[in-house]
Amino acid sequence: MEPIMAVAIGILYAAAIFLMLRRSIVKLVIGLILLSNAANLLIFTSAGMTRGAPPLIPAGLAAPLGPVADPLPQALVLTAIVIAFGVLAFAVVLIRRAYEIVKADDLDKMKDTDT
Amino acid sequence: MRPEVALPVLLPLLSGAVSLLFWRSRPMQRFIAVAGNAALLGVALWLLVSVGRDDYVVIQMGGWQAPFGITLIADMLSAVMILLTGIIGLSLAVYSLASTGPGHERFGYYPLMHMLLAGVSGAFLTGDIFNLYVWFEVMLVASFALLILGGEKAQMEGAIKYVTLNLLASVIFLTAIGLLYGMVGTLNMADIAQRLAVAEHRGMVEVLAVMFMIAFGIKAAAFPLFFWLPASYHTPPVAVSALFAGLLTKVGVYSLFRVFTLIFDQTLGYTQDLLIWGAALTMVTGVLGAAAQFEFRRILSFHIVSQIGYMILGLALFTPLAIAGGIFAVMHNIVVKTNLFLISGITRRIQGTYELKKMGGLYRERPWLSVAFFLSAFSLAGIPPLSGFFAKFVIVRAGIEAGAYVVTGVALAVGLMTLYSMVKIWNEVFWKSLPKDNLVPVEETVVGDDSRMVPPSLWLMYLPVGVLALFALLIGIFAEPLMVIMNQVGDQLMNPQGYIEAVLGSDGGVDDALVEALNREETP
Repeated sequence: MEPIMAVAIGILYAAAIFLMLRRSIVKLVIGLILLSNAANLLIFTSAGMTRGAPPLIPAGLAAPLGPVADPLPQALVLTAIVIAFGVLAFAVVLIRRAYEIVKADDLDKMKDTDT
Repeated sequence: MRPEVALPVLLPLLSGAVSLLFWRSRPMQRFIAVAGNAALLGVALWLLVSVGRDDYVVIQMGGWQAPFGITLIADMLSAVMILLTGIIGLSLAVYSLASTGPGHERFGYYPLMHMLLAGVSGAFLTGDIFNLYVWFEVMLVASFALLILGGEKAQMEGAIKYVTLNLLASVIFLTAIGLLYGMVGTLNMADIAQRLAVAEHRGMVEVLAVMFMIAFGIKAAAFPLFFWLPASYHTPPVAVSALFAGLLTKVGVYSLFRVFTLIFDQTLGYTQDLLIWGAALTMVTGVLGAAAQFEFRRILSFHIVSQIGYMILGLALFTPLAIAGGIFAVMHNIVVKTNLFLISGITRRIQGTYELKKMGGLYRERPWLSVAFFLSAFSLAGIPPLSGFFAKFVIVRAGIEAGAYVVTGVALAVGLMTLYSMVKIWNEVFWKSLPKDNLVPVEETVVGDDSRMVPPSLWLMYLPVGVLALFALLIGIFAEPLMVIMNQVGDQLMNPQGYIEAVLGSDGGVDDALVEALNREETP
């Protein structure tokens, strides 16, 4: 399972960076979305994937017997998804406002503040 | 229970929440802003005293034992940074009363400011690497919203660059956390430090160190990752600029100091050169960029970049003295740089522009403002006996002792170039007489697009400027007692064992044998 995930994550990162290098601000935001999803999958995978062993402690014991899936990465991914959702909602509104004001979907037209 | 560690995070969150409840009441929000930040400053002093007495103040959130729960820990570095956050927060709250127009205040300026400060405080206090990421995001989201408050064209363009690059840095940070967790299976920074020292894949440790360096380097605006800063910091209302200039990049610097002294201290052979040359190039590009500018806030923005170089140099030299000097530079810079931005806001209020060419004659018109600018600007350039001199002096001395002559020479030369830029502002804004074409009357150019802001409230802008200028002078005069504190910071950072023991307990925390023993006892 891990090799497939690794390839998928690599493709996601590559696609995200390709999109972020485009001039269109819409593609820029899509790139950011892909990038945060890729990072989430990477956290999930790098901690090791265990199938069919939920992290439940049998009654009467203080720790689970045998290897179980690590619940912490899932909690991390959940937190990261929520954060990414909030930030991306902001980013989408930002590009809409920027589009209304600058009247172009082109990063090359947004050079006024560069030095 | 040590509430003073949690309060610097809880207080701004509370102020922000209460402030949101009074969404329609501007006077109430303004009152909460000042009262909340005054309370934050009080708690920061309390924390500093506690840390001075006990060295480390630790609190395990929710009562979960150290490597499992989230730890909040204050060492001397955190306590100093929290104190600076309190000082800047209160100054900005008072300044905003006069400088921020009702247009901005109506759309949540004060709640956002509280949330930003909560994020900054949380980042300074947490002992958990994922929690650090979360606080970074709290801080970033608040800063995004503050940056575009007002919605002008330049703000939107600046915000797109700021948002994109900071989100990129966050994702790199998150990726590095994921890989790190995969290697060591823990998120507690003290525990990571212990386990990484015995990790198998040394090459992977170096890769992770560089990923953290890039992520925090973008946030700290180090060369070659600084381009978002001069493109965006001069666009928002001036109080927001000042808040960003004072605190945000320093959170990145703080994280670099924390991570590279605690977690990656064993990879230094590889990363130290990167840090040293990164620091030198940061200083040079920042100061050269500033030399080419003729807009007040753009010059100051480039000088933020340049000064970041000094701080990173303090870290990169990696001796207790150099680290003390680096933190001294952080302290000096937060006070002075914020003040310079605040002064640029006042001059803009008086003369209606940030363009140096169109300004002039303020030395005759406002002598006390000129004194405040003089103290701050020449402190930034490192003229004795002001605060910047001692920061530079300590770093340069540490550099010579470490034998890094080239970088030390660069640091000295950059000091001269800084002086050039400050003299340029002094000549254009304060010394020369007002050009004939500046006929903008004061009332029409008030920031915040509302004529209800009247000039008499200017004293609320002068008050924090005066206090911060006084700090710049006092830091210079009382440099020796302050160096005692800074040396303590240097010692603590160079000996992370104390930090690790404070978090995990002297036995090194819970080990697997304990869990097994527990299991055996309870198995029938």
